[in-house]
Amino acid sequence: MDQFLQLTVAGLGTGMIYALAAVGFVIIYKASDVINFAQGDLLLFGTYLVFFFLVQVGLPWTAGVLLTMLVAAGIGLAVERTVLRPLIGEPIISMIMVTIGLSSVLRAVVHAIWGPQPRTFPSFLPEGEVMLGSAVVSADRLVAIPLALALLGGLALFFRRTRSGIAMRAIADDQQAALSMGISIPRVFATAWALAAATAAIGGIMLGNIVGVTPNVAQIGLRVFPVVILGGLDSIRGAVVGGAIIGLLEFYAGGYIGHGLNLIVPYIVLIIVLMVRPYGLFGKEIIERV
Amino acid sequence: MESGVFHTDYRTDMGLRRVPAERLRLGLFAAALLVFPFLASPYWLNLANQIAIATIGALGLNILVGYTGQVSLGQGAFMAVGAYTSALLTLRLGLPWGVSIVAACFATAAVGVFFGLPSLRLKGLYLAISTLAAQEIVEWVVTHWPALTGGVEAVVVPAPRLFGQRLNTDFGFYWVGIVLAGATALFTANLFRSRIGRSFVAVRDQDIAASVIGVNVFGTKLLAFATSSFFVGLAGALTAYYRNIISWERFTLETSVLYLAMIIVGGLGTIRGSLFGAALITLLPAMIATAGRELQQSAPAVAALLPSVQQAAFGLVIILFLVFEPAGLSKLWRNVKDYFYVWPFAYRRGEGR
Repeated sequence: MDQFLQLTVAGLGTGMIYALAAVGFVIIYKASDVINFAQGDLLLFGTYLVFFFLVQVGLPWTAGVLLTMLVAAGIGLAVERTVLRPLIGEPIISMIMVTIGLSSVLRAVVHAIWGPQPRTFPSFLPEGEVMLGSAVVSADRLVAIPLALALLGGLALFFRRTRSGIAMRAIADDQQAALSMGISIPRVFATAWALAAATAAIGGIMLGNIVGVTPNVAQIGLRVFPVVILGGLDSIRGAVVGGAIIGLLEFYAGGYIGHGLNLIVPYIVLIIVLMVRPYGLFGKEIIERV
Repeated sequence: MESGVFHTDYRTDMGLRRVPAERLRLGLFAAALLVFPFLASPYWLNLANQIAIATIGALGLNILVGYTGQVSLGQGAFMAVGAYTSALLTLRLGLPWGVSIVAACFATAAVGVFFGLPSLRLKGLYLAISTLAAQEIVEWVVTHWPALTGGVEAVVVPAPRLFGQRLNTDFGFYWVGIVLAGATALFTANLFRSRIGRSFVAVRDQDIAASVIGVNVFGTKLLAFATSSFFVGLAGALTAYYRNIISWERFTLETSVLYLAMIIVGGLGTIRGSLFGAALITLLPAMIATAGRELQQSAPAVAALLPSVQQAAFGLVIILFLVFEPAGLSKLWRNVKDYFYVWPFAYRRGEGR
């Protein structure tokens, strides 16, 4: 029972970070149909930027986190303008490869600036361990859960209540109809990238807090795929639920079965989901017509 | 005066090389390949061998991605299957290297078909992600089944011998490499002149329309996975024999990305492009490393950034090609040819090869 509780909290905590990474992915996919293989590297940038502002510049953490999000959003804007916009309407392989190229460049930049050695920044999530009943769970993961949920809730509100959020949904629904209503598609794509980069930065900050500032943060980028496929590529709710399920599965598989099975379970789930329900739990089913 | 190419019989019209200039270029290229190993240093021979292997792998991937339109991120996994199958067959069962390479090709084709099964329901992005899963699963099997594969430890492959000579020297392997790469290129070129190859292309261009005109879409996709994996497995097996030693790190997702970059940069769905892309993506990091060594004395700070520069250059090459010349190096090559075709006049030939 104790082990179950520990694994559950750890799994949910990790799952929420997956969800934060996945939400950025979903926002970009929803708005512009681009599959972003550089999502993990946006997280990586977030981790290193906050390290830069907190440790190397020495700002208080509120200012540091805000600045990190701003800079990350700026990177998102720049990437959209220079790399993605010329490729609007190109085939899927081009989109996949351009974001892979992007991922390579972003990683190289981080590596060139900060080097390969792991670093740390002062934690702003509570440290140490908390007793839940008789189970010991690490406090940072426990706190990460409501924090991530609040952020994701905020994003959901953004999509329902604000003008640009609604414009984004309109474009995802029908580009031509949205165009004829006077919505600027390039502007919405740019907003999507800025938003995705900023949420990824938050994910990166939390991740940096839990696992430390290392180049390995970018590995999370690949974990996003099982999450978004399970939840549905174009659903924010799906990203949250999918993140939680994949995080839990990983920790249960690792905790109860072992053998490094936690590395592979998400992908097995992914293949099963793809075979049974390709559009995921909450995704929109697309009917193709010739 | 003759103002174009006019064929008077079917044989020349349907030839792979239709114009004297094309035959001349091929002859020159072949002659250069024959002379090369006698003049080149071991360093360049090694690079040439890597390019030969990469060309085979890139051709295989191009059959699947460029000609059939099924994006695959599982290249590294399929190469791993080829490499480990051939190595283990020789190591454990003592099969001669030629037999084990052929067996490895067929084994990889079978694994390719298995991971191609999701293409029954999936296409495009979703299929790409399912091949990503294939990559991760194969990698996991290799690293977590030590009894079979040696796990994370490297496997030492017995050296292949022919007429008592070791074949995995740079000089010896060169001949194996170029013959097999040439054979693969010839096979691929002819494949897409056949009914089967045409059905691959039909599935790429519009799968539903293809099924309407009587192409068995699912069967075609599986066949494409099999054909492609066959050659990818060959590339993997050759890697094993050339390197003498294999470990899982050589066949990660990075390998898949590397090969995808080759066919993107070279040109999707072209044979020439597979060679160009393989050469560029193999030479690029090597050239940067050479430049880095030059800088070691004068500017050690710059030399320290070498890995980052290599990685950034790799990413930049992909991005720049996709943004400025999505049809890749093979299109650039054609532009050059077209320019000289009508030189000194400025207008361009419209259609043609």
